[in-house]
Amino acid sequence: MSQRNFKIWRGDADGGEFKDYSVECGEGMVVLDAIHRIQTEHSGDLAVRWNCKAGKCGSCSMEIDGKPKLSCMTRLSDYQPEKTVTVQPIKAFPIIRDLVSDVSWNYEQNKRIHPFQPDESSSEKGLVMHQKDVDRVQEFRKCIECFLCQDVCHVLRDHEKHDEFVGPKFMIRLAGLEMHPADTADRIASIREDFGSGLCNITRCCTDVCPEHIVITDNAIIPLKERVVDRYYDPVAWLLGKLFGGRKKKPVDAIEPTKTIRV
Amino acid sequence: MGMNLSSDIQRIRHDVVVIGAGGAGLRAAIASSSRGLDTGVVCKSLLGKAHTVMAEGGCAAALGNADSRDNWKVHFRDTMRGGKFLNQWEMAELHAKHAPDEVKLLEQWGAVFDRTPEGLIGQRNFGGHRYPRLAHVGDRTGLEMIRTLQDHAIHQQGIQVHMECTALRIVMDGDKLAGVLAYWRDAGRFVLFECNAVILATGGGGKAWRITSNSWEYTGDGFDLAYKAGAELVNMEFTQFHPTGMVWPPSVRGILVTEGVRGDGGILLNSEGERFMFNYIPEKFAAETADSEEEAERWLAGDKNARRPPELLTRDVVARAITKEVQAGRGSPHGGVFLDIASRRPADVIRRKLPSMYHQFKELAEVDITKDAMEVGPTLHYFMGGIRVDSNTQMTRVPGLFACGECSGGMHGANRLGGNSLSDLLVFGMLAGNGAADYLDKLEATPQASSETVDAAIREATAPLNREEGPNPYLLHEELQDVMNNGVNIVRDKEGLESAIQSLDSLKQKASAVKAHGSSQYNPGWHEAISLSPLLITAESVARAALAREESRGAHTRIDFPGEQDRWQAVHVIISKSADGSMNVRQESAQAPPERLSEIAHSSLTDLEGGSA
Ligand SMILES: Cc1cc2nc3c(=O)[nH]c(=O)nc-3n(C[C@H](O)[C@H](O)[C@H](O)COP(=O)(O)OP(=O)(O)OC[C@H]3O[C@@H](n4cnc5c(N)ncnc54)[C@H](O)[C@@H]3O)c2cc1C
Ligand code: SF4
Ligand code: SF4
Ligand code: FES
Repeated sequence: MSQRNFKIWRGDADGGEFKDYSVECGEGMVVLDAIHRIQTEHSGDLAVRWNCKAGKCGSCSMEIDGKPKLSCMTRLSDYQPEKTVTVQPIKAFPIIRDLVSDVSWNYEQNKRIHPFQPDESSSEKGLVMHQKDVDRVQEFRKCIECFLCQDVCHVLRDHEKHDEFVGPKFMIRLAGLEMHPADTADRIASIREDFGSGLCNITRCCTDVCPEHIVITDNAIIPLKERVVDRYYDPVAWLLGKLFGGRKKKPVDAIEPTKTIRV
Repeated sequence: MGMNLSSDIQRIRHDVVVIGAGGAGLRAAIASSSRGLDTGVVCKSLLGKAHTVMAEGGCAAALGNADSRDNWKVHFRDTMRGGKFLNQWEMAELHAKHAPDEVKLLEQWGAVFDRTPEGLIGQRNFGGHRYPRLAHVGDRTGLEMIRTLQDHAIHQQGIQVHMECTALRIVMDGDKLAGVLAYWRDAGRFVLFECNAVILATGGGGKAWRITSNSWEYTGDGFDLAYKAGAELVNMEFTQFHPTGMVWPPSVRGILVTEGVRGDGGILLNSEGERFMFNYIPEKFAAETADSEEEAERWLAGDKNARRPPELLTRDVVARAITKEVQAGRGSPHGGVFLDIASRRPADVIRRKLPSMYHQFKELAEVDITKDAMEVGPTLHYFMGGIRVDSNTQMTRVPGLFACGECSGGMHGANRLGGNSLSDLLVFGMLAGNGAADYLDKLEATPQASSETVDAAIREATAPLNREEGPNPYLLHEELQDVMNNGVNIVRDKEGLESAIQSLDSLKQKASAVKAHGSSQYNPGWHEAISLSPLLITAESVARAALAREESRGAHTRIDFPGEQDRWQAVHVIISKSADGSMNVRQESAQAPPERLSEIAHSSLTDLEGGSA
């Protein structure tokens, strides 16, 4: 056990400031443990989100010494004991209170994406798909919706182009649907027009922070960009592909969001 | 904050309100909205963060993809045997019959399970299941399930999700349900959902214990909501201690280590390096369990004639065995035993089959599970008991109040098999959604919410904020956890249970005087204060039911009453709220099982294979 110092952002939409706290920390403790100790001992109303405490639910995202992280998976032993650890909410979204931000925009984006639309091939035994054909889709489906990638993407964070770009998290959602062996919807046009694939300039910051190690940029965004390019700049090849066994048949648009999720 | 009276409170009207957005709640909402009902879904956390997201190992369904001898009857038989025949028979039947179709429906909604070499949904071995039966995605099956349901539900006509909103009280009109009072976490404002049917899908109450795999949400709210509305709780004494939780470091104590580790070949060792589970094979399972390491090895290698290794006995058996080894001084350095997969499977297979376990140990315990053994010990994991419902409609005895998923009781009897929860959520979520729709079809008048209940509940909820001073809700919660970990743990006796009940009584007094500092705006201290009441109802009901059942069966172990007693074979312990507000405990004889089912449950395996019985 040793005493450790923290600077934690306290406040709400109207503003706030960093406050200093000091608590006993023991072996194996993560940042979230320290926050809980602060709640119990000093400040019962310190607002924070968490659920699984094992890196599985993506609730506890925050910025620790300036880096977007899951606080339940960030060990205090990674920081020098005498140094103060600074904790603040993720920045790309409006603050509700303390370490909690309003991430409802993300839920609205998901609603705009045309859902899975399976072909008719399912039999009594379900779909026949081979493991090698679903490996990539499964990579994207590991996403725990922590929104850390959204937080670091400069298109959202610095340029605030929330109206034009859905962000890396939903590029992998789109990629997961587009690459699903049994999906029939064709979202390529809307990936460019509605979801703004062109705005990503492949900085790879999203890939670097993903706690699930999803290779967002290279495995999802770049292949989607290539599909868009094929469609728009090589339409003959696309048409041929469509005539000769192309699977995707139905072009679909983004879905007009209706406000049915409330935070 | 000012008094928020029912007259000027926010009101939202739905046909049905589902409380909970885990697998059960989302499946129920999809079912009820498919019947044309305007369905509200209320959940304490953000959408997609419910406990279901944490489920690892898989979802049990007799698809017969990995072993064609499997069928619903074998699954039903395994479930009844695992539950020590205390299960509600028709529920176990419905579950086994519907699970395969529900899993295939998930696939149609976009779920991508791991595949067999033939390209079908893959299935893995788990404790108590005769055949490889769990549809899975590595060790993140719950994530796949909740995401699929979530993505499907948000595009479903008629579903509206209310996130970070906590239900406080069911509101009645006479004997019929008329709504539910809740508050928004962000601003702390109250809202009255006016509706004529509520489906509870709130999960369990593991946060009443200190060592648990459960998250902050598991404060037993559904038990409390149902109990206060007049519904019954059944067999609350059956709380499952999962044999393998992390034990080190202290801050992660209790976090789950999936049974998939053992399903994929992991073995349990004591400090002497002995594979001790061979010493704990119960007579009833001896015929179906390997009796030598050599046979267990053949099973792992895929020999269909070899019997299953004893590490895959039901959870109650394994958890008790670990407790005994530790008590006998043969534990690991931090008070658990060793779980070894490193010496059993190549590193790349471990990383592929158990990626999140690999990650979890690496990051949180600095253990590389492809090289070293894990240290594990029992952790409070699951409630077999819960809100009592009708097997077919999922309705409680309160007209209009339904329950499904972990918060409901009956399906799993005295012990749940791993993987049978995820399938339970799907099957009974679907049935509850339909049950609510059928109820509303027949309902004639529209019940109206009574304002007295609403006002009283608001006053009670705001009291901790308005008080000048009082005990710290966090510390009180810790006290409660100690009471349960000491007196109502994996091994119980009369003395310990009675003293726990006494301690709970005095905690009740303190809880009614707690102080939450700060405002009502996103204030976890206040939420903690509010959840003390459901935690205490949950804790008391488990303790009282455990005191009543004078035998050891499944997950309930009484050292003063060892072994299963015939007298208790068909007895349910029922809890309800008496008119004077105290907790009523009574014993009720179970109905005799339908003959078709008891025949299957007692058949030999060879009769059932290929579905011939
Ligand atoms: C780590 C772990 C691993 C597991 N692995 C497996 C496995 O491999 N296979 C298996 O079959 N089972 C497994 N289980 C068990 C299984 O995951 C759970 O039993 C199941 O997910 C419960 O689902 P549910 O829908 O009933 O509730 P949950 O998914 O827990 O959802 C409860 C919902 O109710 C909401 N809620 C609660 N109270 C209120 C309130 N007052 N107001 C509003 N909303 C409320 C919550 O916000 C949440 O949305 C595991 C459990 C854990 C903890
Ligand atoms: S690679 Fe693209 S999506 Fe990812 S952070 Fe950079 S700009 Fe954003
Ligand atoms: S892609 Fe990775 S970083 Fe982005 S939300 Fe998903 S898990 Fe988080
Ligand atoms: S609490 Fe679930 S990821 Fe951190």
